[in-house]
Amino acid sequence: MENQVDPQYSDIIDEVLNKFKPFNKNLLISILQEIQYTIGYLPKAVLEELSDKTNIPLSQIYGVATFYHQFRLNLKGKHLITICLGTACHVQGSNNLLNYIQDVLQLNDNLDTTEDRFFTLNQVRCLGTCGLAPIIKIDNDFYGNVSPTDLKKIFEKYRSIDV
Amino acid sequence: MLENCCSKCHHSISNPCKDWVICKTEGPLCHTDISCKNKIVNSLNQIMNENTNLVIKIGMSTCGLAAGAGDTFNEFQKLLKERNIQAEIIKVGCMGHCYAEPIVEIIEPNGSCVIYNNVKNTDVESTLNSYFDKKTEGVLAIRYKKGTLSDEAKIPLFQNLLFNKKQKRIILNNCGIINPEKIEEYIVFGGYRALSKVLTKLSPQEVIDQIKSSKLRGRGGAGFPTGQKWQICYDVKNDQKYFICNADEGDPGAFMNRLLAEGDPHRVLEGLIIAAYAIGASKGYIFVRAEKTLMANHLKLAVNQTKQIGLLGNNILNSDFNLDVEVVLSAGAFVCGEETALLAALEGKRAMPRPRPPYPATQGLFGKPTTINNVETLAHVSTIILKNELFTSVGTEKSKGTKVFCLAGKVKRTGAAEVPFGTTLKELIFDIGGGIVNDGKFKAVQTGGPSGGCLSDKFLDLPLDYEKLAEAGFIMGSGGVIVLDEDSCVVDTAKYFLNFTTKESCGKCTPCRIGLKRLQEILEKISKGQGNMADLDDMNNLGKLIINTSLCALGQGAPNPILTTIKYFSEEYKEHIEKRRCPSHVCANLVDYRINPDECINCGNCTKNCPVGAINILSLTGSKQYSIELEKCIRCGYCFNNCPMNAIFKV
Repeated sequence: MENQVDPQYSDIIDEVLNKFKPFNKNLLISILQEIQYTIGYLPKAVLEELSDKTNIPLSQIYGVATFYHQFRLNLKGKHLITICLGTACHVQGSNNLLNYIQDVLQLNDNLDTTEDRFFTLNQVRCLGTCGLAPIIKIDNDFYGNVSPTDLKKIFEKYRSIDV
Repeated sequence: MLENCCSKCHHSISNPCKDWVICKTEGPLCHTDISCKNKIVNSLNQIMNENTNLVIKIGMSTCGLAAGAGDTFNEFQKLLKERNIQAEIIKVGCMGHCYAEPIVEIIEPNGSCVIYNNVKNTDVESTLNSYFDKKTEGVLAIRYKKGTLSDEAKIPLFQNLLFNKKQKRIILNNCGIINPEKIEEYIVFGGYRALSKVLTKLSPQEVIDQIKSSKLRGRGGAGFPTGQKWQICYDVKNDQKYFICNADEGDPGAFMNRLLAEGDPHRVLEGLIIAAYAIGASKGYIFVRAEKTLMANHLKLAVNQTKQIGLLGNNILNSDFNLDVEVVLSAGAFVCGEETALLAALEGKRAMPRPRPPYPATQGLFGKPTTINNVETLAHVSTIILKNELFTSVGTEKSKGTKVFCLAGKVKRTGAAEVPFGTTLKELIFDIGGGIVNDGKFKAVQTGGPSGGCLSDKFLDLPLDYEKLAEAGFIMGSGGVIVLDEDSCVVDTAKYFLNFTTKESCGKCTPCRIGLKRLQEILEKISKGQGNMADLDDMNNLGKLIINTSLCALGQGAPNPILTTIKYFSEEYKEHIEKRRCPSHVCANLVDYRINPDECINCGNCTKNCPVGAINILSLTGSKQYSIELEKCIRCGYCFNNCPMNAIFKV
């Protein structure tokens, strides 16, 4: 069953490939970006189908998808929490924040999405807003100089909006 | 302003006029109709805020947004509407004062400008009240002495702020002042005049000669002379060449490229177009990190605007120069700082570097001659073309001009500062940055990112230029300056960078892939209190081996944080190894927790939450007292972080 492509995904792949006409192998990264932008992550079956449709070997697609930080191969929750672990954030205690988030959302380094698929935690290297470290980003909103207490309130805000 | 003044103006994309840029500010040049002159003067005045109502500028770069500028913007809109105040709110870039974000500037038709700092949405009302009552509450600075405020003598001029005084702002000049989403504002502030001069008066070789004479060096890290780089590619004969702007800022702690591209994207684009003309490229790419959305959007917008008015495309300004520019989103890999890795990424492959030669200048993107420059380097180009002496008048003998440094970490005033080369670290950290937070003690400063080093206080008087840093065994890097105080542990910092480079190693060559992993294991051991003194020699030897045998700059630079910390902070390593202590209380395994009985209120919170049951009640002396059993404690820090009275402390 796992290898059967959701027909909806198949359409998405066609749509994306249509956007990048004339097709060229050099566009692989842009194509993967576009697919992830639509689906939220890169399911295995989608990569296989993409390989069939483009004649790029699956190994090559998988190689690219696992090389870059932007690509996720696992399911993404409704909201994406991005925690910056850059130098300035590290110096200002981003590790404590990371521990706190993993603790309250019951996540660990191998599990980045909450059981209810509400939050996904993404650890990144530098968001380039070092003057306001430590910093986290939820979807497209930035929160600077955050403390665990702030985080608690921020998480509650997202939960309450969605209920 | 962008449209043609009347039917006498023939400029269009298919039939461009060579004087278009200058005509937009000084025109009309080809006819003398007074109505056309008035049109142009009016549109200029509008942009210079001279004919309009109140203007409120809010710094809405990523850093401003992180500080809450988005909510501030909404609150201003709401309040202005409620009070029926006629005002225009403009989203501008960032002036570099991260510590004061969100920053709001209120500009009156008479030209007075008052700048307010830390205006959160809850402060908008008091800011407006303060402004209309001519009070000085919340005011950071004013731009001109115009008697706008009742107590104006107390308020410093913007350029006299301690953060600004030692700066020489050339490329950051427009940031935070112009609306980055409007090309007309850039043109009014002198933009695209350098391009106009280049395309109408200078040959590619003359452009290269001028860049050479300015001694501009690449601001991305290595400091290679830009003019020479262009010359090499210019000399290669090929009918297809590429120019790439590297905006894939991945160096943690450096954000000047984001700030420039978000706040003044056309300056970068103008530099790119001139560079492409000089080397003879007909296709340009801007390679920008996908996760830096605002930066990517502003660059895309800038490219589209220039295409629409014919500053990109065919026969630009009626010359025979054609250029198309495409913004490509980087999926994120630190190794893309290496030119050949970046090329692989643009070709849709895994970003792995390859041996050089052949250099990109002869065989680059898709095998064609290619030149790559970073954002900050390109931002200098227009100034050099128009006012070379402004650029060359500052800096040192071999490092001319200015460099933007990003101050972060334990420093009072964080932000981006543009200073002449030769400025000392002391001036940067203490005069501009205001010293250490909470008046703490300076311990070290980390420069150059993950390939850089940690400098101790004896280097504070070191003038920052490429040669002086290299002599002392450091690199300039992209200009991130992270200040560490006594609460930061250098072993932990070295470990942090090594974790970074180990994860970012592309895996192609063995010394970097395996060597860094081994270094990381040794450091991990030391930070757990299991190290011995021979480890330091091992790390030194292994580090040097990795530097000498790695293929690209990532591996060649990665051991630097360790080598420099061992060299300049050996005492701290000794403390970790021999005494099994972390003097800054950072390395978790080398810290013990104690409870201060005078602060403890016996709430029992810590006992309840301790995952290993290491906190017990002692009642030996009659009164209850909590204490931590050191043998059982796993040093998770949970009790420390959750004590309501902060009665638990580290020793």
